[in-house]
Amino acid sequence: MASITLQGVRKTFGAVEVIPGVDLAIEDKSFVVFVGPSGCGKSTLLRLIAGLEDVTAGQIRIDGVDVVQVPPAKRGLSMVFQSYALYPHMSVRGNIAFALKMAGMNKAEIDRRVTAAAATLNLTPYLDRKPRDLSGGQRQRVAIGRAIVREPKGFLFDEPLSNLDAALRVQMRLEIATLQKSLGTTAIYVTHDQVEAMTMADKIVVLNAGRIEQYGSPLELYERPANLFVAGFIGSPKMNFVTGAPAAALGAATIGVRPEHVAVRPGADGPRGSWSGRVTVAEHLGSDTFLFADTELGTVTVRAAGEIGLKPGDSVRLIPDSARIHRFDQAGRAIRG
Amino acid sequence: MARATSRTRIAVSTAAAWIVGLAIFFPILWMVLASFKTELDAFAIPPKFLFFDWTLENYGVVQKRSDYVLHAYNSIVIAGGATLIALLIAIPAAWAMAFAPTKRTRGTLLWMLSTKMMPPVGVLVPMYLFFRDVGLLDTRAGLIGVLCLGNLPIVIWMLFTYFKEVPKDILEAARMDGATLAKELIFVLAPMSVPGIASTLLLNFILAWNEAFWTLNLSSADAAPLTVFIASYSSPEGLFWAKLSAASTLAIAPILVLGWLSQRQLVRGLTFGAVK
Amino acid sequence: MATRQTQILGRSVTAPSVLLLLAWSLAPLAATIYFSFTYYNLLNPASGQFVGIDNYSYFLTDPAFLASLKNTLVLVGSVLVITVVLGTLVAVLMNQPVIGLNIVRLMVIAPFFVMPTVSALVWKNLLMHPVSGLFAWIANSLGLHPIDWFANAPMLAVILIVAWQWLPFATLILLTALQSLDGEQLEAAEMDGAGPFSTFFYITLAHLARPITVVILIETIFLLSVFAEIFVTTGGGPGLATTNIAFLIYSQALIQYDVGGASAGGIVAVILANIVATFLVRLVGKNLEA
Ligand SMILES: Nc1ncnc2c1ncn2[C@@H]1O[C@H](COP(=O)(O)OP(=O)(O)O)[C@@H](O)[C@H]1O
Ligand SMILES: [Mg+2]
Repeated sequence: MASITLQGVRKTFGAVEVIPGVDLAIEDKSFVVFVGPSGCGKSTLLRLIAGLEDVTAGQIRIDGVDVVQVPPAKRGLSMVFQSYALYPHMSVRGNIAFALKMAGMNKAEIDRRVTAAAATLNLTPYLDRKPRDLSGGQRQRVAIGRAIVREPKGFLFDEPLSNLDAALRVQMRLEIATLQKSLGTTAIYVTHDQVEAMTMADKIVVLNAGRIEQYGSPLELYERPANLFVAGFIGSPKMNFVTGAPAAALGAATIGVRPEHVAVRPGADGPRGSWSGRVTVAEHLGSDTFLFADTELGTVTVRAAGEIGLKPGDSVRLIPDSARIHRFDQAGRAIRG
Repeated sequence: MARATSRTRIAVSTAAAWIVGLAIFFPILWMVLASFKTELDAFAIPPKFLFFDWTLENYGVVQKRSDYVLHAYNSIVIAGGATLIALLIAIPAAWAMAFAPTKRTRGTLLWMLSTKMMPPVGVLVPMYLFFRDVGLLDTRAGLIGVLCLGNLPIVIWMLFTYFKEVPKDILEAARMDGATLAKELIFVLAPMSVPGIASTLLLNFILAWNEAFWTLNLSSADAAPLTVFIASYSSPEGLFWAKLSAASTLAIAPILVLGWLSQRQLVRGLTFGAVK
Repeated sequence: MATRQTQILGRSVTAPSVLLLLAWSLAPLAATIYFSFTYYNLLNPASGQFVGIDNYSYFLTDPAFLASLKNTLVLVGSVLVITVVLGTLVAVLMNQPVIGLNIVRLMVIAPFFVMPTVSALVWKNLLMHPVSGLFAWIANSLGLHPIDWFANAPMLAVILIVAWQWLPFATLILLTALQSLDGEQLEAAEMDGAGPFSTFFYITLAHLARPITVVILIETIFLLSVFAEIFVTTGGGPGLATTNIAFLIYSQALIQYDVGGASAGGIVAVILANIVATFLVRLVGKNLEA
């Protein structure tokens, strides 16, 4: 149970600046997700917090204590690696117990904790197996077991689900979120998948090129993206951006509207402020329909609930919801009010 | 394109390969045969290939002669000691080079390799004088030291190439789990690298066992390993060939077995990873 | 990249190896260089004075030096040619479908594991002996006059012994390399109409170029220092017929007790080996990048 604070954290590898400077306050018991495109420095930031890399400058405080000089094991954090990093020569039991053994805990206590962790994670029948005899999902659970058994102040997850298939990923993401809430342990979770971020996080940190673009709750990010990057990154399908005259008319350099906030109507006529276009692709998901339409403003994506009977080549009128248009200035920052 | 290889082709290549193999192996085979002959049969003309009075007498004699036993013991102690000590020094060093590299690591590795290329004869004189002056001539400790240092670069290189294959995540996980370096090496890296460490051990034991420059020059009697013991037969002509063969067979048999076991790693070890 | 703490730890556990190897490679070399500029004979107590480059001029102008340099080159060159050519052929043969390949392989690599003193004695006494050796018997059976190897062709005898010891090394490395040759590449060449010989020259040999270089360099390093085989079989003779530089230095130091002269010779040997080593280290270094 811990708050984690980063202040002016910088990281360079040789001449390459990967993290130019990050300030961040993570509250006790919260589940924070770092999300951003691949290579933006998420893992690096996580490893800095873990102590697996040195900060080039800045402070990392756990419960108010600066830990930049503290070796990884003494920071009280445990980590789940993308590759799971299980010890291949040890049984599941050995893997889970390893950290406790290293801490010199007595055998009875180790057994008690390992048994409890295994029960929580449905690993009891597999305790004496080696990692190579487990499925991907079971390995993932062992990695989590290894992290929880130490009763750490915080969990660090580095893309823990990216090696699982889609169905298992949905299930595990639920389990991890539930587990974290029931243990009440602060968690930092790295992913490049914005769906994972939106579903699991109390708060999301959107990273881009080592900078924090925005820090807020999933809904805040969705409803009030701070800039073009966040607006484009959060939400699926991606937000539509329009520049030029329609934007200028609203006093902005760029305006954006999410596909689900564009109404569509067949035919060529529509109200003022609506755009005419022609359907190029229609994706029918049953629950939703995604339309891609060519307009004078470029391709516009529309997400309509349910099934609508439009097909490629149809003329349509696209009507953005004027209350949900996001405006951005020349520098890409959101214009509020 | 799977193609059925014709039977004739297999027959021809099999026959050719066996002939070549037997020809290359023949000197060893011939020596082993001689070791089962009486001294008279051993240099009989025409030579006796299989039809002679097979005898184990030579082995009995060799086993009983205390000098053979002493030199065999020396070989084991010297080759084993040199290899184990080198391994102990090298494991942490190879760990550092594989998992905590610095700007200088590459240079250090190549420099270590280059020390192996120094011709021993270039430093024979000072080594001999040093050994003489500190009383290490003809001692097992002295030879252990020299062979250990001589093989250290190969040991570090081989371990380095094996350690490079261990995922770094797993060692980091151990570090997060609170393992100190010693525990990380003993409980995680070493068990994960058992095959690599074993082949390093084997190959270097073989190299130390067969080393015949320093052993010939720095030992003569008490500490002399089998290389020197067998070389001492070069002067008295003939007469003892069967016994010499028995002694030689005993000296190379364990090494042949170890060598065969480690043959797959041999290439990698001896080319410093340049050919895998 | 690891943390500074880990790097410091890394450096401190590397230090013993580095310091030991530094001492091992520099101290004796420094002493050799020092001795090479002094008059120093183990039998003469009045030794130790500085003599400049006398030892070098003496060693380098000694007819024995030229003879041993020539012998060294002949020995190294011949063994290299024999092992590389035969090694390639044997490797290609073993890369064919062969029944019992594992056993053939064991037989082929065995000589490499035989200690040099044993190989030398076996060849000298059991095979090459002019009266009771197997070769003499074969020659006689064929109606030829047996060769007295160590009297009439001593260098050839030494070359054969050493080549026998190193043939497995070349074969094994080239075989390993051959096995990594892409079968599809060979088939593509065949589809392009290349016959077995052009395939061998343009594809197989081209693929083997690098491993052959490695074999040549590594063997050269070891062959420059061949000692035990000569020590056991010929003692460098008859005359200087089989004295190579390593043996010359040994006899100068431990038979004639001329430490100064032997040291000068040692430095010459170090320089020769370094020329080869430079190439090898570059080659291995390049591989380290990849
Ligand atoms: N040890 C390192 N040395 C040099 N550059 C590195 C190192 N680790 C990461 N980087 C670089 O830092 C950037 C961020 O990497 P990373 O944090 O792994 O990204 P992410 O996890 O967001 O995909 C990348 O450009 C990567 O190449
Ligand atoms: Mg990453």
